[in-house]
Parts: sequence; structure tokens; C-alpha cells
Amino acid sequence: MDALRRPLLKGAGATGTLAAALAAGVLKPSQVLAADINRAAFEVKDLAGALKGIGAAGAAESKDVVIRAPDIAENGAVVPVDVASNIPNTISLAVLVDKNPFPLTTAFDFANGAVPEMALRVKMGQTSLVEAVAKTADGKFYIAKKEVKVTVGGCGG
Amino acid sequence: MADPMKIRAQMKGDTADIRVLMSHAMETGQRKDNAGNTVPAHYIQSITVDVGGKRVLQGQTGPAISRNPVFGFKVKGAKAGDKVVINWVDNKGEKRTDEATVG
Repeated sequence: MDALRRPLLKGAGATGTLAAALAAGVLKPSQVLAADINRAAFEVKDLAGALKGIGAAGAAESKDVVIRAPDIAENGAVVPVDVASNIPNTISLAVLVDKNPFPLTTAFDFANGAVPEMALRVKMGQTSLVEAVAKTADGKFYIAKKEVKVTVGGCGG
Repeated sequence: MADPMKIRAQMKGDTADIRVLMSHAMETGQRKDNAGNTVPAHYIQSITVDVGGKRVLQGQTGPAISRNPVFGFKVKGAKAGDKVVINWVDNKGEKRTDEATVG
């Protein structure tokens, strides 16, 4: 079923899917959060492509997007990452790991009082930049980056 | 069927601090087993969080989220006693919904 669904989604594009869902009455407008995150962005293998996939190709660097992650992660399978946005009207946050096979790890939308902040644990294949992208209600994107060194084999690096 | 999620939701000032531990293998589809066969991808793709009957968070995840994912969120304006409902769906269509109460 997935094999069929994938190209359909890609073809229709995010807005098409959303419009169809609206037309079908599946989603009430008040419930529409980030249904426009394009699932295909999770299958893109390079960072630039993944950023483009979530619409953040020209994101401006900002100190108001905060990433808390260890400088050195001993276990690349579980790297704790906290991201937060201090930019007013942030409606969505995405986390990317530059050198992972698929850089986009997650994207969340916030509404109804949810604070644009989240804590998660990601897998990292190797030392890489971790990037957080914040999207504001007016459609602007802001990005922050932090390098996390991954120690292989638990040598304590 | 996957094991239940562990959800903790506590008020801190006017903000509810929600932490959830999901029980999931989060296979990336990149790993090989001992026989050299690729282990098929099996990971959570979408997550929703409702507090007090309102959808507060909705997210998509890829395979790079760690096994047995842990997420932490903060929701302003929630009150003690509000119901927290968290749902996930994985790439094989399996799903799970669990509830907790803000304390």
C-alpha cells in the first residue's frame, strides 16, 4: 500500500493533498496544523534537498533558534537533542542531521498553546551538524546549527 | 501490538510539561542482521498530541529517531486534570493511542 501511496503523494504535492482532505471534510480548518509537511522530504538524502522539501531552502540563520545537544555524543544511537524557538509566532520546528542517510529526522507543528520547544533523541551515524529550523506563522524560516561529535566504539574520544 | 506508551504530564506554573516514552523498534531499513539480510524499515511516521480535547502538536518523524522514542513537550494554558491523548502511526500502519491526565 505504501508503494502506491508514495508517488501519489509526491505527485499531488502537499497543498493538493491538503485541499483534497479539506474538500472531503476530513479536516476541519481549525484542526489543520502541519498537514502540509511533505512526507517526501523524509526520503531525501541530502541536506539541501531536505530543507527544500520542508520549504526552508532560504532559511536565515538566527540565534533565537536554540539547540541544546551534547558537544560529544558517546552513543550515536541515542543523542539527546532539545530545540526551542524564541521567535514570536513560531508554528513549526524541524530537526535535521546533516550527515545522516536521510537528514530530516522530525518536524512538529504547534498550536493551541503548545510552546515551540521539544526534546527528543535522535540517531547519528557520524559526527555532523545538527540543524533546527523554525517556521513562523507568516511563512518565514529560521535556522540554527550545532556540531555534535559522535564517538565510535565507545573509546570516550 | 506495541506496548503502551508511558506518559507523564505535570503542571509547572501555567505550563504543562509532557514527556512520553514510546515503545518502538524504530528500524531504519539500513541495518543488516547476522545473516546479512537488510532488516526492513519499521518506524513511527506520525505523532499527534491532544490536551484537553484540543490538538496541540502534530508531527512527522523519520527513521532517525532513536529506538523507544522519548519526546518532551510544553503546553501553555493547560490545567491540572486535562486529559492528554497521544497517538502514533508507523510506516506499517500500526498505531497506538494512550492517555494520561495532567497532574
